[in-house]
Amino acid sequence: MRLSTPNLQLNEQGKLRHFLTLEGLKQHHLTEILDVAESFINPLTGDISKVPSLHGKTIMNLFFEPSTRTLTTFEIAEKRLSADVVNLNIETSSTKKGETLLDTLWNLEAMLVDMFVVRHSESGAAHFIAKHVAPHVHVVNAGDGQHAHPTQAMLDMFTIRKHKGDIFDLKVAIIGDIQHSRVVRSQIQALSILEAREIRVIGPKTLMPSHPEALGVHVYDHIEEGLDGVDVIINVRLQSERMKSALLPSEKEFFNLYGLTKERLSYAKPDAIVMHPGPVNRGVEIDSEVADGHQSVILEQVTYGIAVRMAVMSIIIDNAKQLNAEKQIPKKVTEEARS
Amino acid sequence: MRLLIENARIIDPSQQMDQVSNLYISRGRILAISDTVPEGFTPDQVIDGGGKWVLPGLVDLHARLAEPGSRYEGNIASETKAAVSGGITTICSPPDTNPVNDTQAVTELIQRRARQAATAFVLPIGALTQGLEGKMLSNMAALKNAGCIALSQASQPIQNPLTMKNAMAYAASNEILLMLRCEDDELKNNGVVHSGVISSRLGLAEIPASAETAALARDLILAEETGARVHFSQISTARSLEMIAEAKKRGLPVTCDVAIHQLHLTEYDVMDFDSLFNVTPPLRTHEDKEALRLGVKMGIIDAIVSDHTPLDRDVKLLPFGESEPGISGLETLLPLTLRLVEEGVLDLNTAISALTQRPADILGIHNGSLIEGHYADFSLFNPETPWTLDRAEMVSKGDNSPFQGWEFTGQIETTYFQGRPVYRNNQV
Repeated sequence: MRLSTPNLQLNEQGKLRHFLTLEGLKQHHLTEILDVAESFINPLTGDISKVPSLHGKTIMNLFFEPSTRTLTTFEIAEKRLSADVVNLNIETSSTKKGETLLDTLWNLEAMLVDMFVVRHSESGAAHFIAKHVAPHVHVVNAGDGQHAHPTQAMLDMFTIRKHKGDIFDLKVAIIGDIQHSRVVRSQIQALSILEAREIRVIGPKTLMPSHPEALGVHVYDHIEEGLDGVDVIINVRLQSERMKSALLPSEKEFFNLYGLTKERLSYAKPDAIVMHPGPVNRGVEIDSEVADGHQSVILEQVTYGIAVRMAVMSIIIDNAKQLNAEKQIPKKVTEEARS
Repeated sequence: MRLLIENARIIDPSQQMDQVSNLYISRGRILAISDTVPEGFTPDQVIDGGGKWVLPGLVDLHARLAEPGSRYEGNIASETKAAVSGGITTICSPPDTNPVNDTQAVTELIQRRARQAATAFVLPIGALTQGLEGKMLSNMAALKNAGCIALSQASQPIQNPLTMKNAMAYAASNEILLMLRCEDDELKNNGVVHSGVISSRLGLAEIPASAETAALARDLILAEETGARVHFSQISTARSLEMIAEAKKRGLPVTCDVAIHQLHLTEYDVMDFDSLFNVTPPLRTHEDKEALRLGVKMGIIDAIVSDHTPLDRDVKLLPFGESEPGISGLETLLPLTLRLVEEGVLDLNTAISALTQRPADILGIHNGSLIEGHYADFSLFNPETPWTLDRAEMVSKGDNSPFQGWEFTGQIETTYFQGRPVYRNNQV
């Protein structure tokens, strides 16, 4: 085993340079994102106003995998930060050859891009890109394979904090397809960095990672047991491919065993909140009655997504400015000392 | 050309030899290992072997020489040079060339190119099925007659059990050695890393240990039923080792090897998605690595191989799951094996034996030995020289080594093939 390499996403001051995954980040990194996101939201109206933070910066949304919701939220966030925005959708098939992916990247870099927001179907793609961009270019992961979707997870943390005040000491249950979900992997990391008291995952073994203990979670085969006394319930979208690959018999059976119904919800704490990264499959993961019920915070999540992404991008650019400024200070000091 | 190497520590497991003595070479063959000069011997050249080791030329059961075809980097000339720079003078080259080595013509082409290169002894492994497609049997007897040392499926194991059974039975009736790497495609399920702690964390598609063990169980049973002589290539799990140990105990004529990188690396090395660690079978757990090391020590694993796969930079310069698996391993086979001696895992005799006599025994050849009368294939090795692996300085056309920056003690100074120096370390 080799010694672990320095965290690719932190600069020499230990601050965010890229945002690729939550693994390896400290509590203060996450809290800063949540606090800055909070500052973008008008406390009275709930609106997000436009700020000049990224004026003159060019952000390219580089999407190798189709997305509407994530792309739109990023685009709105970038525009609210006054950045110049370019969207680029690239068919993965045309970049199968290595030179093409890197050549594409380096060509785009030459167009004076300051930040890439990347979505790709391969786990680790954002790391790969971050390793190969010029030092002044930043990379934000908008979802890579089944590895990570850190901005989505941070928006979920933001939502939980809004309702519960703090993540610390909460019991959280995540229901459904853990194995194939980049969102869940990032959620679990965020929850453990923010010291949630217990993270439970509920679902059949076919939808669990082979070594869930490596994620620091407790596995529950039965939903009633898993929901007992929890503060937060997170539902995960079930993809229909899972039936085709014989991981599950049917949506109906999944709902019978793991669907979140009003009756099952009663096992959780009375003030428990219900979350879902969307889009919701009603009658598969969750009963409409629960999805639309007073404990559900599903719709709020979308608006917070803009604030959280603004926070991540502005922090990264601020960190870079700070680093540059501090590198120039010693020079000034010596000049002053001379005169 | 008469050559005398004086006062070297001569290590040859095939003769249970480890002693300081003189090596006499005449007309490309070993004339004698002796403290006294053979009668009538006057050397044309005398080399002082003081403080140095003489090692038999190593036998690598699995190294891709990238010819014919453009699937891999390099060619027979370049890759045999890389081999001898690592002390390897006998190489079995798997049939996953382009075109596939499933005809006499391709076998002969490989042999011809190897003769032209005249750097090392190349033994082609023929394809067990036509085009390695796992459907129709190759012309096994013709391949054997053309000089194929064994038949294999390289990286494309036969999935259909009946086809496998027939292939084994037919090979058995022609007394052909099969070299099989076991892997169930369905259980592999397009996975790229071992199904374990790291895949769970990184969300990379998983290859369970059962992809290997379930296929191995099937092939062990079929080997027993058909009486085929099977050598299992590049086993990677502790369970595989147990199954082969059990088969050997019951008297089945099976043997096996392990790729050297599996004795040093684990799933944890994939932590930062570095595609240089993408290899088939995947890097497994720490427990697997420890079990495989023990397997070599106890002799259950017969041979250590390089599984050399020289690749173009472009096919590695990709996100992990899209990158081509494989390690350029010829130049690190000996250093990494000797590191196991340094770490106290193996004694020197066991280590060298797993690279010389034992693989030669599997093939039924006399290479990898310094017995009088054999070709003088050997290396002069300085056990004191410290060096650091630098990909930029690799001899192979493929510089895809994950061992960049590893520090070693002990280096090959010269390698002789049939009595001629075919490699000299310029740093010396």
